Amino acid sequence: MRGDPAGMRVLQPRTIEEALDAFARRPSAVPLAGGTDFMVAWNAGGENGRVILDLSAITSWKRVRVSGRGLRIGALTTHWQLQHEASVKKHLPLLAEACATIGGRQIQTRGTLGGNIANASPAGDTFPPLAVYDAKVRLRSASGRRTLPFIEVFEGVKKTSLGAGELIESIDVDAPRKPTRQLFRKVGTRAASAISKTVAAGLLWTRPDGAIRELRFALGSMAPTVKRLRAVEAFVAGKKPTGEVVEEAAALLEEDVSPIDDFRSTRFYRLEVSRNLLRAFLK
Amino acid sequence: MIQLKVNGKQRSFRGRRFKRLIDVLREDFDLTGTKEGCGEGECGACSVFVDGELVNSCLIPVYQADGARVETVEALGDPDALDPLQASFLTEGGAQCGICTPGMLMSAWAFVRDGGRDDLDAIRTALAGNLCRCTGYQHIVSSVVATVRDKTRTSARRRTKKK
Repeated sequence: MRGDPAGMRVLQPRTIEEALDAFARRPSAVPLAGGTDFMVAWNAGGENGRVILDLSAITSWKRVRVSGRGLRIGALTTHWQLQHEASVKKHLPLLAEACATIGGRQIQTRGTLGGNIANASPAGDTFPPLAVYDAKVRLRSASGRRTLPFIEVFEGVKKTSLGAGELIESIDVDAPRKPTRQLFRKVGTRAASAISKTVAAGLLWTRPDGAIRELRFALGSMAPTVKRLRAVEAFVAGKKPTGEVVEEAAALLEEDVSPIDDFRSTRFYRLEVSRNLLRAFLK
Repeated sequence: MIQLKVNGKQRSFRGRRFKRLIDVLREDFDLTGTKEGCGEGECGACSVFVDGELVNSCLIPVYQADGARVETVEALGDPDALDPLQASFLTEGGAQCGICTPGMLMSAWAFVRDGGRDDLDAIRTALAGNLCRCTGYQHIVSSVVATVRDKTRTSARRRTKKK
């Protein structure tokens, strides 16, 4: 079966208020931004007869606003915009890099950061960067606003903690102080248009004596949702990254992730590669 | 009614608003240069410009392009007046079975239009959203390289003449 346009109903609110009201009345509607995930499922015939809440008209959510060290990234900002946006390249280079690895240019010009988050794929490539940047997600509904720490948006595979009638309004990030080292690395079958086997982001600050002041490390595709390696981060804080420390840190990686065997990769491969990425980053 | 400016011509579409842009282009406007490969946003055969942005037309319900400018591969050139890119695809053997070619041309067009240079990595990245099942990538990349080099030579000549 293919997608059938006949059964689709499209709501086209012209303002944010209209969109929130429409979503409150029809909480089963599918909010549609760039459509790079939804339309794939629709083309395959899996989403016929849905009510669509089109967000195209909300232009004020298509921008990045900068105030001091804070960036407010509108939910409808595309991956293409983000990888070219000067403020993002300067303050959040790992996010810019991640956006450049999502699909090809045709996907990047349509896919949005808010859509990527709402879709809640375990393999979302923007998630490890946003996790290490301690991003916050601002949600809005007809009854008000609330803000969640980025990681808490995800409840499971393709499952978010967004309530009925809630839309992602923006992703708020404070630029971190300059790290000593940083890492974004996506491991997939092909350099572009590949879904990650494992995807890592890291920020590291060292002290003048070479000891680790702070590590933030996150992995995607290694659990139902993106994970910060809390056990590893706590273990290495204050220690010099000697061979033994790095090995112990690598052994602790499994405390926070639970990779599986699937059609894309194996638990063994995912763990081995992720440990190697962590080792290389710490040394 | 949905209004589009396709390849410079004003067009209107009165059918289902959720019909895909690719289907409207091919079935309603008879522009069959744009191809459907995968229908999943992986292969890029359906690439067109919407308001100047390179997109997959199989992932866009036509109502989202209402009021937009759309350019398809037919706008690039025709047999009597080939674009330099099309000419290079011919001379360099950049087309084999031909299904991916319109999409490859659109991505290459975006790359050349944006001032892309004779840089193999940049060209491969620009074409990353397009798959060729004949695996003729080497020749496709060479076609883009040839176009860009030619363009650089031509504009260098122009600059020299001006002096």
